[in-house]
Amino acid sequence: MLGLVSGIIFGFLLQKGGVTDYGVIIGQLLLTDFTVVQVMLSAVLVGMIGVYTMKSTGLVRLHARKGSVGATVLGGLIFGAGFAILGYCPGTAAGAVGSGALDAAIGMAGIAVGAGIFARLYPALDQKILNRGVFPTETIPELLGIRPWIVVIGVGILIIGILYLLAVLGF
Amino acid sequence: MIGWLMMASWSPYIVGAGIGVLIWTAFLFSDRPLGCSTAYANTAGMVESALSRRKAEAMPYYRKYIPAVDWQWMLVIGVLIGAFLSAYLSGTFRVLIVPPVFAEAFGTDALLRSATALIGGILMGLGARWAGGCTSGHGISGTLQLSVASWVAAICFFAGGILVAGLIFGFSFL
Repeated sequence: MLGLVSGIIFGFLLQKGGVTDYGVIIGQLLLTDFTVVQVMLSAVLVGMIGVYTMKSTGLVRLHARKGSVGATVLGGLIFGAGFAILGYCPGTAAGAVGSGALDAAIGMAGIAVGAGIFARLYPALDQKILNRGVFPTETIPELLGIRPWIVVIGVGILIIGILYLLAVLGF
Repeated sequence: MIGWLMMASWSPYIVGAGIGVLIWTAFLFSDRPLGCSTAYANTAGMVESALSRRKAEAMPYYRKYIPAVDWQWMLVIGVLIGAFLSAYLSGTFRVLIVPPVFAEAFGTDALLRSATALIGGILMGLGARWAGGCTSGHGISGTLQLSVASWVAAICFFAGGILVAGLIFGFSFL
């Protein structure tokens, strides 16, 4: 139930932000429209500060898992290719359908098929590729050996800098 | 208030901040990050179960990710509903098969657009589960947690996406 309500709010926000629109997403990938990055970075900034604050008071725990070159990099690039060809992501595709885009519905079916194909390939992939080049740690602070809040502040400044730069450049 | 809800678009910063706050609540009340790709894996698993329950239950992947109508599944349904509400309230709801930007480049053939949507979707579903998440799960939820895998994933999502988009459409500034 909470999932449904969260989703409704999520979808409402995504549509208002314009990121359920094929043109906006492709515009981002073609580097002419930076709405997607502006939304994502703003979400990361706010989310990061809140989650890490709650984490330090023991209210929440992190859900990060180790990645690997074989899984994260390879999978990420394949995803990227699909991203450019479909023009939506798993979340925004659902949002696009809600806005009336029927091509996104076909896309959603495709995503499910792709997930199903992965599930069938999983045993072989897990054995041969997915565990190649496992990343040494789960989080960046652990990787750098720096205290989390220092990284949080550093990333926060970086994000604000990027958003400011984009604004100045006229995006 | 109602006027605000009926606007056609909001500032990306406000939308992003709103998503950030939403993620706070997800962590706090549901002990989960926001992510969308698991729902599709669940759907695939449920279809496999419908075709052959025994075979599906024997598959290692569906032992790890049990196919069910769970929190994540409801999240994606919610996204669809929420977007509809927003589009409806602002009068921007429009049924279409071929988005204008696609039509400009490749024409209005619905079959062509459907084929690219299907192929793109398949690659995306494959890639998302392969990478262990999508632009919501890794790209937003994971990066805000400072997860190494998520930062790498997000960079690869966009690197791959930009590269292929450039190959398909060509960059306007070149």
